[in-house]
Amino acid sequence: MLRDITLGQYFPAESVIHRLDPRVKIMLTLAYIVVIFLIRNFVGYGVLFVATAFIVWLSKVPPKFMLKGLRPLLFFILLTAILNLFMTDGHEIFRLGFIRITYEGIIGAAFMVLRITFLIVASSLLTLTTTPIRLTDGLERLLNPFKKIGLPAHELAMMMTIALRFIPTLLEETDKIMKAQSARGSDFESRNVLRRAKAMIPILVPLFISAFRRADELATAMECRCYRGGEGRTRLNALKMTELDMHAIMFMILFVVLIVGANRVTWEIIWPIFY
Amino acid sequence: MLKLENVTYTYQPNGPFEKTAVRDVNLQVELGEFVGIIGHTGSGKSTLIQMLNALIKPTSGKVFVDNVATTEKGANLRDIRFKVGLVMQYPEYQLFEETIYKDIAFGPKNMGLGESEIDRRVRASAQLVGIGEELLEKSPFEISGGQKRRVAIAGVLAMEPKVLILDEPTAGLDPIGREEILCKIRDMHRETGIAVILISHSMEDVARYANRIIVMNKGQIAADDTPDAIFAQVEMLESIGLSVPQITKIAEGLNRRGFALPSGIHDLQTGKFEILKAIEGVKPC
Repeated sequence: MLRDITLGQYFPAESVIHRLDPRVKIMLTLAYIVVIFLIRNFVGYGVLFVATAFIVWLSKVPPKFMLKGLRPLLFFILLTAILNLFMTDGHEIFRLGFIRITYEGIIGAAFMVLRITFLIVASSLLTLTTTPIRLTDGLERLLNPFKKIGLPAHELAMMMTIALRFIPTLLEETDKIMKAQSARGSDFESRNVLRRAKAMIPILVPLFISAFRRADELATAMECRCYRGGEGRTRLNALKMTELDMHAIMFMILFVVLIVGANRVTWEIIWPIFY
Repeated sequence: MLKLENVTYTYQPNGPFEKTAVRDVNLQVELGEFVGIIGHTGSGKSTLIQMLNALIKPTSGKVFVDNVATTEKGANLRDIRFKVGLVMQYPEYQLFEETIYKDIAFGPKNMGLGESEIDRRVRASAQLVGIGEELLEKSPFEISGGQKRRVAIAGVLAMEPKVLILDEPTAGLDPIGREEILCKIRDMHRETGIAVILISHSMEDVARYANRIIVMNKGQIAADDTPDAIFAQVEMLESIGLSVPQITKIAEGLNRRGFALPSGIHDLQTGKFEILKAIEGVKPC
């Protein structure tokens, strides 16, 4: 029952997007997010949509699977849209009592929905095509320059790796403990909130105990293999930029140029095309 | 008592990690049986037994407990779980109470039994698994791993289920401990006439205690027969990564070297008896 969470899930496939260097992927995702907020008109969103669809197609992740990640955030998206729709001042086009809808409100709401949707698609595309290990590897390397000002890059990355590594383990463990206690008659399906809350104790106590035990065992195991932090540590799979990464960067530059160009497109330019 | 009809179970159907763990299984278990289930890791044993007490429901097909289908709307799942007691793998992680007594009493308490009945059951099941009275007021976290295992098993026994399912109850225990626990369970089985289902990786254990063996392979039942009939099919067992008890191999080896031991030697006791009998006939030169 807990396994249905798709947040930050990895989708195994063989694709060019999967093969990209994680550093490049992280930086390009950041650039993409900046670009989302640079766009000023629907022509820009058109370009963005085509480019995103192309990347999703390249990644071989089924679009249906991607959109599933949007569902939990649907409420948030709708809320922002509604707030934008009713709270923006401008040219009024509709009025009912104290409710008024403005031209700017409609545009603003549409932009907000598009922005959030693309934002989620971009970030889930990153996690869907990059294993957690490669992701933290990339992050560590990207944060390396900040070591000089005292940022513990390696330690942060290691903590993230361990945390990510243990999410499925702890979920599995919770599932197992829940099953074991259900087998002894624990009632998780009760309508009574108090009873359900009480049923959590037999789960939380063993879960915490096993989490502490695991942490302890992991620390011992790491020490047994002479772990002493990031200094002088080499990697089994060193990150290497390839031609593919250069192509991705070129694609991104082209994309930014297109977006900047699209921003200059106004109705005055489009109008004559239709008439 | 238990009946499975065309039961299939698929993990994450239609997802990228879809995996069918149990495929089209038909099975029936009656009171008084001692069933052993053997199979390679990942053959679907654990998934199968979790369906028997409605912890998971089959993707298709039906599981009947006392003629009630677990998939039926409004079926009382807790009632089913009290009838079919399940001791999961490494059950010691389920301990959570302040004292061992309270932990064993957790199941009976959930059944809504009276104070005196709970007390009787706790003491009886603690005694059965070899947990002394003096331990009952201790914390379950300050006893040894083997003792924790016993307490966890007692926690399920205290519900006095009609069917007791044990998923590798002796994994990771010392030889004396495993013998003791399994012997106690067999004694209880003989006294009370409940059904016991034992999953084990040890052919010796299954051969010794079970009177019916189910062999699982890739989610399906490969064979379902008496121990004698199962362990006669050495090739089939080896082809799916299993084996016969060591004593059976020894008997076979001796027969190839000119002894005439009877077939169907699967546990040490009969093995020892038959080998000694055969050797007496051989005159020392």
